Amino acid sequence: MSKAAKNRNYKNRQKQKDFMISLFIGVFGVLWLMPILWTIWTSLRPYEDIIQNGVFSFPKTLNLDNYVDAFRQMDIFQYLANSFIVAIPAVFLTLFFGSLLAFVVTRYSFRFNLSLLLLLTAGNLMPSQLVYAPLFKMYIWFGDLVGNRTILYDSYLGLILIHVALQVGFATFVMSSYMKTIPKEISESAMVDGASVFRHYWSVLLPLMRPPLAALSVLMTVWIYNEFFWAVVLMKTDSKRPITSALGRLQGEFITDYNLLAAGAIMAALPTLIIFFILKRQFVSGLTLGSTKG
Amino acid sequence: MALTATKKKSRRRQAFTRRDKFTLSVFVGVPAFLHIVWVWIPALLTIGLSFTFWNGVGLSDIRWAGLANYNTAFTASPQFWPAIRNNVYWLLWFGLIATPLGVLLAYQIDRRIRGHKIYESVYYIPVVLSLAVIGVIWNFMLGPGGLVQALLGYSDIKDAIPIFGNFKINTYVILSIASWRHIGYIMLLYLAGLKSVDPSLREAASIDGATEWQSFRKVVIPAMKPVNVIIIVITVIESLRAFDLIFIIYGTSGAWPILGMLVFQNIYGQAASMLGAAFAVILLLLSITPIVVYLRTIFRDDI
Repeated sequence: MSKAAKNRNYKNRQKQKDFMISLFIGVFGVLWLMPILWTIWTSLRPYEDIIQNGVFSFPKTLNLDNYVDAFRQMDIFQYLANSFIVAIPAVFLTLFFGSLLAFVVTRYSFRFNLSLLLLLTAGNLMPSQLVYAPLFKMYIWFGDLVGNRTILYDSYLGLILIHVALQVGFATFVMSSYMKTIPKEISESAMVDGASVFRHYWSVLLPLMRPPLAALSVLMTVWIYNEFFWAVVLMKTDSKRPITSALGRLQGEFITDYNLLAAGAIMAALPTLIIFFILKRQFVSGLTLGSTKG
Repeated sequence: MALTATKKKSRRRQAFTRRDKFTLSVFVGVPAFLHIVWVWIPALLTIGLSFTFWNGVGLSDIRWAGLANYNTAFTASPQFWPAIRNNVYWLLWFGLIATPLGVLLAYQIDRRIRGHKIYESVYYIPVVLSLAVIGVIWNFMLGPGGLVQALLGYSDIKDAIPIFGNFKINTYVILSIASWRHIGYIMLLYLAGLKSVDPSLREAASIDGATEWQSFRKVVIPAMKPVNVIIIVITVIESLRAFDLIFIIYGTSGAWPILGMLVFQNIYGQAASMLGAAFAVILLLLSITPIVVYLRTIFRDDI
């Protein structure tokens, strides 16, 4: 057999194999989506229909009644709002602080630059359970000090601040690796022109930081929206809880009416799913900027 | 390297005005203060408190305990070793099954097999869902009246068999649910890394007659060394920190003990004791190696 024929033969075999691989991944992919599709399906059917006719029956009606009821009976709107009241300022502050730190560590040299980055990144990876008990005490203590016990504990502010404190390391790391790729000459000329440090940051570098800022804001919104532990331990008042932590309680309360619960779960997932479909590229680049540097 | 370049430049021009000095210290000081006071100080306090007896109420009640809490943790906590065992199962499952599957999936999708764009989206949808939502969603599959129950012939809610409560299978069930998200996450990270591998390397291998498996093992994996390290570290850290999913499925009942939940049960609420702090420190000690490896990998150019 000539080399060309051998090569062709090989390519044909590879094509067949690729077809099988694609088929396998496809079939598996349908299974992969099954839990989500099933939940959507359940959320569209009335409760009575399933009770009377069983789970597999052909539905007589499909409608959005469960969603309407979920909004009415579960206060879904309130919980969704809580999630954004926490996530939006937290993301904004994280990116702001992260960009400040990244700016200083890449454009100016201090002896503690690297140790600061290491400290922040290591703190980001610390188990939350290790931080919880003293932080809780500190929140109460500070509240008593200023005469308002719920200024940090059981408040949006306290939850926002712990998110910012934990995530700022990751944001700094991602932005500083990006900032290193911005030519030094830009900073040089700003300094030669006598721009103040603030102007150098605000008018020269920040406008160049749009790509990592966009990527990080998407990623962090999803992360903080999805966060669970802190939302459970730092929010006592149920009506102030973000939707992820409220879902646990709703699951217990509406265990028998699970079409309603399905609607609630889909509503809770909806913001991140929308972000996923519209801003997928930013989400992916945010993740990969941080993990695969260089 | 970039860092040393800055060093030389700014050493030449150290003439900051007083206002600039102030701006710089605010730029660094405020975020650093927040991070240190909110994260590091509590973490260090927990380490200190793990050597004391305390119910978490009055500061004056703190009594020195030496290693008593650790002694209790290792010898007199019925849930400790089962929890460690479950964390190890989690790690083995992720390390031997979920992570390799994610890598393999990324490799196939990167080869642009038919439908690769759709597959990429499909497998990564679970990544954007919170573990709370994932817990609820899987309850619709496995809980009473769920799809799997119906497929097994127990479609009536009254006939439902316990799946999460069945101790013969619940470990596999939980780990499969956790993998549902983890595989997509790993796929995503690996896919991004693969895009930076020179395609001509693989072409050369295939012209030389390497099978797909050979070129994957001998060409792709070695070219991806930093990403490989990151993925291994993420796998270990996720296995150690596992908490949310267990909380959603079992609450604080401890029906499927795991280290993160053990800390929580002992440090949260009325029954708080510093035994929880000791568990937290054990969790930290286990996490230190992967954290150090992670830091060394991402800062490899600077250190």
